[in-house]
Amino acid sequence: MKLNERSVAHYATCDSPPDKTGFLFKKGERNTAYHRRWLILKGNMLFYFEERESREPIGVIVLEGCTVELCESAEEFAFAIKFDCAKARVYKMAAENQAAMESWVKALSRASFDYMRLVVRELERQLEEIQEGAAGLQGRSKSSKKAGGVARSKSGASFSASHVPSTQVTGAALAQGSAHARSLQEEVQLPSGTSKENGVAWSKPSALVNGFGEGPHSGVQWEGNGNGGGDGFRPPPVPPRRRGASLESPVSPGTGCFSKLHDWYGKEVAELRVEWLQSH
Amino acid sequence: SEWDHYIIITDVHNSKLVKRRLVKLVVNFLFYFRTDEEEPQGALLLEQCRVEREDSLAFSITFLDEAERKYLFECDSQEQCQEWIDSIIKASYEFMRKNLIFYRTEIHRLTGKDPLEQYGIEDETRFQVTSGLQLMPKDI
Repeated sequence: MKLNERSVAHYATCDSPPDKTGFLFKKGERNTAYHRRWLILKGNMLFYFEERESREPIGVIVLEGCTVELCESAEEFAFAIKFDCAKARVYKMAAENQAAMESWVKALSRASFDYMRLVVRELERQLEEIQEGAAGLQGRSKSSKKAGGVARSKSGASFSASHVPSTQVTGAALAQGSAHARSLQEEVQLPSGTSKENGVAWSKPSALVNGFGEGPHSGVQWEGNGNGGGDGFRPPPVPPRRRGASLESPVSPGTGCFSKLHDWYGKEVAELRVEWLQSH
Repeated sequence: SEWDHYIIITDVHNSKLVKRRLVKLVVNFLFYFRTDEEEPQGALLLEQCRVEREDSLAFSITFLDEAERKYLFECDSQEQCQEWIDSIIKASYEFMRKNLIFYRTEIHRLTGKDPLEQYGIEDETRFQVTSGLQLMPKDI
């Protein structure tokens, strides 16, 4: 299966700040020893490099739909990245101390796109409530975009400075990360995590360039630059709610979109390794 | 589903490559399938890219590290074309992160409170306004 590898590698190493970096021991797939790798967590992708100075990753794990758990191992401070699908590869990792292990487990378990989306939607909803409250003060009615399944009280007179989460489940999901977010059926449709394998191993070198983006001609402003936060940043439009749209619908069971990523590149890397070994 | 759709994809790098494919958006990946196959033929990670309207029925995706190469997508209608553009723009982790930072800052400005505090996630690196990680000591 093709992948825009070069651009994926670019995402790993471009200016936008990573969410976590560090050394971990990673258990190999064919050579089952633990190898020390440099890891970069960015978004929902965990890239691993041979060395910290390496310009391109040797592989990536797509963290969507994964669970991260401590695991029993001869190695100390070991944990595993697992996926729902029984056939999925389990990625075993080991940290160098307890604190690092805990930090990585926490960071990885909240790395999914869905978790980020959950938090964004919650804040978006809070902001709308605040704005509606303010609009109510002025006697205007706001053309409303209601969150599906969330009841709202229309208090035109005031808005509370401290917001109470609308549901217990939302709060738990936000605080605990993606594993618990699965229980939220009303808020998000989650991928079913049916991936067979969620990793990709690299084969080609890539030239890495920083980039900057502009919005499309439709007039929606979007900056591709991942650097930092609010300086000069244009507020995004409130995204319309698409109830019923299965844009974010789970990959249908049996399709296993992410599985192909690892399958294909696993072969390529295996071939390259053989070549390399033969020529050295 | 209404969002899986057949779209003609052209890789302008190789102008012979004009094909009708089933395209499926899953989180920040755009998968494309040959219509009779279950496994995807390919995928595009939708980070660090630009989406542009090309004409009434078509849009393009360009990756910032390879700006001269466009992936062209031709839709069946103008509305569908616009919907795909909007969806793909939003299908970026980094785009969502920016939204979050904006909402967080704005809510804090309006209410004096950090909306993430009640969930105990206010210190998560991924929710920070500034690129704080670069200032942090490296993990060992």
